[in-house]
Amino acid sequence: MLKIKNLHASVEDKNILQGINLEVKPGEIHAIMGPNGSGKSTLAAVIAGKEDYEVTKGSIEFNGEDIGDLDAEERAHKGVFLSFQYPVEIPGVSVTNFIKTAINESRKAQGLDEMPAKDMLKRIREKADLLKIDRKFLSRSLNEGFSGGEKKRNEIFQMAMLDPKLAILDETDSGLDIDALRIVANGVNKLKNKDKAIVVITHYQRLLDYIIPDYVHVIHNGKIVISGTKELALELEEKGYDWVKQEMV
Amino acid sequence: MELKEKLLSSFMIFEDKVDDDTYVHDVRNDAIKSFEDKGFPTKKEEAWKYTSLNKILKEDYCVFPRQENALEYRDVKKYFIHEIDSFKIVFIDGKYSSHLSQTTHEGMDVCLMSAAFSKPKYRLVIENYFNKAASKDSLPSLNTAFSSEGAYIYIPKNKLVEKPIQIIHLSTGNESALMLQPRNLIVVGENSYVQIIERHQSLTDNPVLTNSVTEVFTHKRAIVDYYKIQNDNFNASLIDNTFIKQKQESIASMHTFSFGGNLTRNNLNFYQEGERIDSTLKGVTIIGDKQHVDHNTLVHHIEPNCESHQDYKGIFSDSATGVFNGKVIVEKEAQKTNAFQANNNILVSDKASINTKPQLEIFADDVKCSHGCTIGQLDENALYYLRTRGIPEREAKALLMYAFSNNVLSSVKIPELKQRITKIIANKLGVNIGFDL
Repeated sequence: MLKIKNLHASVEDKNILQGINLEVKPGEIHAIMGPNGSGKSTLAAVIAGKEDYEVTKGSIEFNGEDIGDLDAEERAHKGVFLSFQYPVEIPGVSVTNFIKTAINESRKAQGLDEMPAKDMLKRIREKADLLKIDRKFLSRSLNEGFSGGEKKRNEIFQMAMLDPKLAILDETDSGLDIDALRIVANGVNKLKNKDKAIVVITHYQRLLDYIIPDYVHVIHNGKIVISGTKELALELEEKGYDWVKQEMV
Repeated sequence: MELKEKLLSSFMIFEDKVDDDTYVHDVRNDAIKSFEDKGFPTKKEEAWKYTSLNKILKEDYCVFPRQENALEYRDVKKYFIHEIDSFKIVFIDGKYSSHLSQTTHEGMDVCLMSAAFSKPKYRLVIENYFNKAASKDSLPSLNTAFSSEGAYIYIPKNKLVEKPIQIIHLSTGNESALMLQPRNLIVVGENSYVQIIERHQSLTDNPVLTNSVTEVFTHKRAIVDYYKIQNDNFNASLIDNTFIKQKQESIASMHTFSFGGNLTRNNLNFYQEGERIDSTLKGVTIIGDKQHVDHNTLVHHIEPNCESHQDYKGIFSDSATGVFNGKVIVEKEAQKTNAFQANNNILVSDKASINTKPQLEIFADDVKCSHGCTIGQLDENALYYLRTRGIPEREAKALLMYAFSNNVLSSVKIPELKQRITKIIANKLGVNIGFDL
């Protein structure tokens, strides 16, 4: 589904990604771990199509198609979703208004008619219940004044609504207390199936107790330095990132 | 001949033609003198520093519209809020169109200034209110001198007017260039309530210059919600002079939506003549090309315990220019005043500009007054966020602009009007998304 080959990316002439290779197949969950500043979030942003980053070498293939030159919205239309580490506050647009627009714009891009209001409403209710989101919350302005946990839950709600093929969760666990973490993880697990892939980006192992990865990769200095199974995450938790850094030397 | 000279000589012909009682006659004569002395405002005057009338005054305007040009309702329907039942006072090239209008004299008067000027039964109202709120500045004076037609609305006390009143000025291009000077008088009695929607619309590319004056009197505990839609075409310019006098405990609001036209200047003045008065001034300006919109507001707090709320949002693209000049005066007696003012702007292009200037003159010591203005760009992070959710760039920008204006839009109390404005905004931004969710 996702094939990243020798990916190099820079921002303002600073090289951040320095040769990432990663292959994610349908049905798989991959965890990407690494110390602060290692390039985890950059990788997520580059896959999602953030224009600030320049891909200087390598390629990103999604379902056999090179998506490196596509706009963020075009990647979304193909089924790529990024759950933001810091979701942006947008006063004046309600959660419902926003998600309806997002879904209908995606449908428009695929040559489909707008989703009938009744179906939309049903879907919104269903997904809100799944993530234990209060209905009142849906009429509030997008992310404005939301707590850290509410923002993250709202990201997963959007993911549930948009039903992407590939979901990248960037530090979704940060800012979540244990209850919220369980709700969010439960939501993610319910959305998972054999046709979908999930990439979980996290600093800590904690989230991986709930969303169990098939593979764990560790990024350091813009490169994947070790890959393994979920046991690698436990080992990291125990030994800390210094261990990886030392191994590198 | 220069426009000023033309107007002065036309005035003499005009005064011969109208046969009014002495009060109005005297007022007109004083007014033309005032205009003659002052002339058209120039950029040398502080209040006109950023708005030049030079270009639009160069046209050879016809100052007396000659005849009514008949229009069919179906051709101009789109300029009405036709989804709701309403009273309508419609003018075509400055002349009243009975065909398109729906007026009333049942329990109140929703009719014409020309009738009010000429019929004896309105004489007292004219003497008590006409030109009692308008300033003596040059443009309002010019309008006063030529005032002959416009909307006359008189609501007696304890009357809830259930249907909004639409005042619509259409110009057809019958003249190669036309100057219009509508004059509206609106008196709202004690405990009464009325909603008014005003629109000026040119139907051709011929230049039109409108110098309009509206006087509104809101008596004790009266409520007035006034909406102006300014979405005219590129050769139409509007100088709107509105004066609202409020008595105690009255509530008046003005929403100004400026989306079109060549040059638009809004001189909006509120005078609070009583205690516990509430005044609201809100506006959304979305313009592009070389359009120019200037909001020049005044709130005069004269008595204690009153409030005023100003909230103006502006979005400027291409080479559009905007001006906001908000003056708040709090007199010494006006203790416990709450006066708020906000002006937020987004510049979409490098060539667009906005000059914003709050002007607070506070002579009382126990007041809460605040003002804030911002000028910025669309938030790149927000744009990226929306795009990762599948919303294309243009739609994402439109959504952010709409969201930016939403504070002002959300206080529009007529749902059909709000929907219409939303549609105009979507059109203006070139997108097809239903914001009205």
